[in-house]
Amino acid sequence: MDKITCILCPKGCSIEKKEEGNEIKYIGYGCSRGLEYAKDEFTQPKRILTTTIHVKDGEIEFLPVRTDKPIPKRLLFDAMAILRKIEVTAPVKVGFVVVKNILDTGADVIATRKVNRKSSF
Amino acid sequence: MHEYSLIVIGGGPAGLAAALKSFENLDDKRVLIIERDKFLGGILNQCIHPGFGLHYFKKELTGPEYAQRFIELVEKSGIEYLTDTHVIDINPGREVTIVNKHGLKKLKAKAIVLAMGARERTRGAVQIPGTRPAGIFTAGQAQRFINIEGYKIGKKAVIVGSGDIGLIMARRLTLEGIEVKAVVEIMPYSTGLRRNIVQCLEDFGIPLLLSHKVVKIHGKERVEGVTISAVDKDFKEIPATERFIECDTVLFSVGLIPENELSKKAGVLLDMATGGPVVDNTFSTTARGIFACGNVLHVHDLVDNVTLEAETAGKYAALFCKTPELFQKDQLTNIIASSGIKYVVPQRLNKNFLEPTILRYRVDNVYHNKVVTLINSGRKLLRIKKQHLTPGEMESLTLSEKILSQIDFSQDIILKLEDNSLKGEIYG
Repeated sequence: MDKITCILCPKGCSIEKKEEGNEIKYIGYGCSRGLEYAKDEFTQPKRILTTTIHVKDGEIEFLPVRTDKPIPKRLLFDAMAILRKIEVTAPVKVGFVVVKNILDTGADVIATRKVNRKSSF
Repeated sequence: MHEYSLIVIGGGPAGLAAALKSFENLDDKRVLIIERDKFLGGILNQCIHPGFGLHYFKKELTGPEYAQRFIELVEKSGIEYLTDTHVIDINPGREVTIVNKHGLKKLKAKAIVLAMGARERTRGAVQIPGTRPAGIFTAGQAQRFINIEGYKIGKKAVIVGSGDIGLIMARRLTLEGIEVKAVVEIMPYSTGLRRNIVQCLEDFGIPLLLSHKVVKIHGKERVEGVTISAVDKDFKEIPATERFIECDTVLFSVGLIPENELSKKAGVLLDMATGGPVVDNTFSTTARGIFACGNVLHVHDLVDNVTLEAETAGKYAALFCKTPELFQKDQLTNIIASSGIKYVVPQRLNKNFLEPTILRYRVDNVYHNKVVTLINSGRKLLRIKKQHLTPGEMESLTLSEKILSQIDFSQDIILKLEDNSLKGEIYG
């Protein structure tokens, strides 16, 4: 893609990347923050992934989780496929590492909610 | 009858922040939060996506994480709370009737904070013809089914309306392997945040069809598809633009309505533009000793703003418990939303409490290169240039001490949009 929308403010500048010989030019950004955003977004777009996984013996059945840092956008579905098969057992605390270094991205998948053990009543 | 200093109705972000702030400011610490769900945290529990807390915590959190921080503070504080408990009545005498598995009970409070949040507009609100098959959800309902209950709600979906919840659900469904065919928006612009359009639709190549509407839902037992059509500027269907989209699931993300059934019973006056109570800068409603904050007051885009507003409401609710005589009604100046401004909250200014106040407002259309102007007694007290304004993004301005010192309280304060054509003028 050679066109992106900046998300840093409501203006939503449309920024284009143009290569002229060895030089890369960015066109359409409205501020210096937007330029930095565009550089990152064109080279290696990254996103935080959030989803839920199974939790056994918990007061709820699904545990919300997220990557603790953004991972490459192209790996989102691969990460989902891994997380779909994972199950943890309650109790779980916020920040508990569910998967370490998922897909060698350097990001851990962590729990985002506390889940107590289901009471036996 | 059990008596409390403060009863907070609703254990979501607004209720938690209001309870904590009032607890800090009260001498006798009798604060009770009443929540109808099984857990505190409200809708944040089902908002597992990131984007919360950037302003308040300077950190990007998910909904459950954001809620957890406040829940922990509440649990440590000694604030009482009841879950699985419904409030079925509030009267102007600040008596609250609750019902839970132990039965029916009446409680009394010196002050009440309304923090019941909002409910979703449904298919009925946008009147889409067709049958009534299974597979039709509001976006938030689908969010609960997927993120908390763990159901797979369908295979192919169409989302009606491009509000933030709809956009976020488009991404969520896609990640869960449900194909989102399109997001259909009747307006020529999206009402969702830019960030969500990019990260929830563009990231996955989901088409956003602006100036389009669903004209029919098909299917008898289960949704089989929808017919969509392009619309003109008066939202009338353009002939020969109809198109059938096959799907088994339709999500509606067509706005929220502040949940004010209880407020009405308590004698609270509602603002037609916000759907929530009319409040002053202490977040007092028109019913004495009853305060309101969060989405029950007006619908927010960011929970961070809800927290800030709720803290103010909680602070003044605590003050009301100590010195109710300060809260007399004869000191109010109206703050009026005029041309281009859809609404402003608070709607009144109580001159007994002249502290810097944030006015939050929304515009009624998409505007470029305008000036937001604050006028009182024929004088312009503030002019803020805005390159871009849209109804989907809540705006705010601060009534600073300097501005407050210039206000003529016998006259209304008017907030309006003007063209940015006046050059070289200096105000304030």
